[in-house]
Amino acid sequence: MHGLLARTLQCFLQDTYGAGTWAEIARRADLDSPDFEAMLNYEPATVARVLEAAVLRLDKAGDAILEDIGTYLITHPNNEGLRRLMRYGGIDFIDFLHSLEDLPGRARLAVADLDLPELELCDRDGGAFELICRPRRSHPRGLGHVLVGVLRAMADDYGALVMLGHAGESAAHERIEITVVQTDFAAGRSFELGGAPPRQVKGG
Amino acid sequence: MSLPPETMAALMPLHMAIGPDGQVVSLGPTLAKVLDPGEGEGASFAQLVEIYRPRAVSTVPELLSLAGRKLQLRLRGRAGLALKGLAMPDGHGGAVLNLSFGIGVVEAVRRHALTSSDFAATDLAIDMLYLVEAKSAAMESSRTLNRRLQGAMQAAEQRAFTDPLTGLGNRRALDHLLQRLIRGGERFAVLHLDLDHFKQVNDSRGHAAGDRVLQVVARTMLDLTRKNDLVARIGGDEFVILPLGLTDRDRLSDLARQLIARIEVPVPIESGTCQVSASIGISLHDPDCPSPDGVAGLLAQADAALYAAKREGRSRHAFA
Repeated sequence: MHGLLARTLQCFLQDTYGAGTWAEIARRADLDSPDFEAMLNYEPATVARVLEAAVLRLDKAGDAILEDIGTYLITHPNNEGLRRLMRYGGIDFIDFLHSLEDLPGRARLAVADLDLPELELCDRDGGAFELICRPRRSHPRGLGHVLVGVLRAMADDYGALVMLGHAGESAAHERIEITVVQTDFAAGRSFELGGAPPRQVKGG
Repeated sequence: MSLPPETMAALMPLHMAIGPDGQVVSLGPTLAKVLDPGEGEGASFAQLVEIYRPRAVSTVPELLSLAGRKLQLRLRGRAGLALKGLAMPDGHGGAVLNLSFGIGVVEAVRRHALTSSDFAATDLAIDMLYLVEAKSAAMESSRTLNRRLQGAMQAAEQRAFTDPLTGLGNRRALDHLLQRLIRGGERFAVLHLDLDHFKQVNDSRGHAAGDRVLQVVARTMLDLTRKNDLVARIGGDEFVILPLGLTDRDRLSDLARQLIARIEVPVPIESGTCQVSASIGISLHDPDCPSPDGVAGLLAQADAALYAAKREGRSRHAFA
């Protein structure tokens, strides 16, 4: 499994609950090294162990933690780069939803060996959509819940009024139901094409 | 065929329609945005852009002689932006010149605060911006990993050259420096130091006391040498000192006497004190007359001198 996913879990736990809590979770999960590297590969079972340890330590349901990770990915200042990349998806939330099927391809453009689950968006009547997420065996369980968190945070980012939730999973796929009530409900956060943070040039 | 202006504007937001006389008839909305205010329609196309490759042109017939070719041009005026262009006849004696930012798109977007609606939906410019940002993020991540690996490598090297008990260099650090000094053709001295009566301390007072003595002796040797000298522990109670740049026999003798005197100071331990002493053998490397066996020969000479000192009654030094 790609280290970016493992590293995301670590950064989420560190940034949200502090380095001490992360160290404790890493110890309970019996990790060889208490740091995941974004550019290395890990066994999915290792990451599943970390999540189990987090559930016990934080006394919080796994699905809720996963959804928080999705929100964290879009809203935490450390992830501004990722939020910007997601905003390239479209000019409003509906446009963004329509771009989701391209997401795995876009992710591969950035990191060639990053393999995200296939996504399929189905239009229903009255501003309703169903998003199908098809994880592969190599994916950790529950990416659909992360996606729910991402979508909620992106709806806020665009200033859209949206109702959405996880609608169950089977062995082959997870379903998310989305109803867009209003695309321009609130101001949302700004996104300027030319507003990328200056590239950091660090020595050694 | 003549297309409505809004169709032209949507398909080619960076175009310029030019009449047969060279006057600009209409401008795409994005091009209008990047030109200086007040510039544009009514001016001659050559007043707005400077086409310089494949060759300079300023009239419509000259421009159309390059129809279908890739043009390189820059905006006149304050922007001075470099652009790529393609000109084709409009069917009425004039020309349509369509432009692109090429790889300067990142800079153009930043400078003119362009948005995705300033580009045609079929234009890859937005995808290119996406790619630039995504690649920077991925590269940054990669560089972070490299920096961490480099730090870990240095720490591992440091550990590989260090004796864990005393923090002094180890045999590997000694061999490494000796080889470098011999390669560098420098004259230098090797002090081989062995503790006297250490075995008794270990046997009668226990290993913890022995370890404590070794640590105190190590501290003493570091105190009496300079920062760049090497002090290495190469065996249980055997040490080698390379006092860099010090080759004078009298001064080496002074150093050896000082070392022995300080090492003989009793070391406090939990149950009283222990006392040891030291014998030292000194060999000198002369680049004009090197030992035939290199590093091993030099150490063997120092070792022989050490045993001579021990035979003469310990607590003293001898030269090879």
